[in-house]
Amino acid sequence: MRKTWWKIIGVALVFYTLIAGLLLDAPRLAILNETIRAMHFHVPMWFGMVIMLTASVIFSIRYLRTGNQKFDTYAIELVNTSILFGVLGLVTGMIWANYTWGAPWSGDPKQNASAIGMLIYFAYILLRNSITDPQQKAKIGAVYNIFAYATLIPLLFILPRLTDSLHPGNGGNPGFNAYELDGRLRMVFYPAVIGWTLMGVWLTELRIRLSFIKSKIDEED
Amino acid sequence: MQTVTWNALFWIIIVFANINGVAKSFLQEGEGRMLYYYTLCKPQVILSGKLIFNVLLSVLIALIGFSVYALILGNPVSNYIYFLLTILFASIGFSGVLTLVSGIVSKANNSTALMAVLSFPILLPILLMSVRLSKNAIDGMEIGLMNDKLFTLISVDAIVITTAYILFPFIWRN
Repeated sequence: MRKTWWKIIGVALVFYTLIAGLLLDAPRLAILNETIRAMHFHVPMWFGMVIMLTASVIFSIRYLRTGNQKFDTYAIELVNTSILFGVLGLVTGMIWANYTWGAPWSGDPKQNASAIGMLIYFAYILLRNSITDPQQKAKIGAVYNIFAYATLIPLLFILPRLTDSLHPGNGGNPGFNAYELDGRLRMVFYPAVIGWTLMGVWLTELRIRLSFIKSKIDEED
Repeated sequence: MQTVTWNALFWIIIVFANINGVAKSFLQEGEGRMLYYYTLCKPQVILSGKLIFNVLLSVLIALIGFSVYALILGNPVSNYIYFLLTILFASIGFSGVLTLVSGIVSKANNSTALMAVLSFPILLPILLMSVRLSKNAIDGMEIGLMNDKLFTLISVDAIVITTAYILFPFIWRN
């Protein structure tokens, strides 16, 4: 059993988040009330997604520099897990919005931007599946991945700030930094981010190993 | 017609005209001609040529679109300088994205459907910014408020064009 310690930490942190996030005392704010606990499950999804997409872009750059097929597998599997995190982020956000905004989807700039971000990465998967030659697939996939990331960052971090949004942190609503000041939330939130991200990395690692085994079996046939 | 509807319709027309017009840049080149270009000059030169042509084409599409549109549906624009600047920088951004994506698609399977699917979500950030900016120009907002948005649009253009220049040699090489 090599290098299992971070997996144990990940599982422990996620269990801690589930228990502490749902049971510990949370600050009582107008409108938000108990839904503030969604922060421990919704926000870490976006943190995890952005962290893993950044890692994926780094591996894509390394693929283009070295031509090593291994880095391309890392990049695509990281994108796959990021898409899962993104979808979970959208769904948890919609559950939260259903209670605080009164409807799961209200066309808020942040909701639209993250849905468009998902579309970009669905297009990436589609592009990869439309090319048959593995080397060509890896190279063109890497180029599109880097280009997509360069447009995703303005989409997620600049555009929603230019308009009024109901999302916490925009248009005069108290944001992440305002809650962060409260120690009761901070105590759960930071472990949650680390725990969920470790879960994502573990999932990706398993898929990368599966993909290596598959390509080895294909070679032997 | 309400100005909101006017604005939204105008940009929908511009985007689809661009996807159909500008996207052709690499799709219509044959395999032999690509090889000929490859021996002729560096990838950056090819990209520059395509980009300059596409920006001019895109601006032309937008200007013709605007004049016909204004003639038929009325012209609500109050600040022309900013409206035309928006058209110019949106065109630069659109053609930057579409030129690189059409290069990518020409190496994949050359289908126009793939072209639309790949480019549309990447075009949206530039489109959203241009729609907002041109709405402000139509309403004649204060210039200080528009400058911020214009600079954001220009910096997104800069990001798009720079990454296109860095990435293009990799798709051109094989």
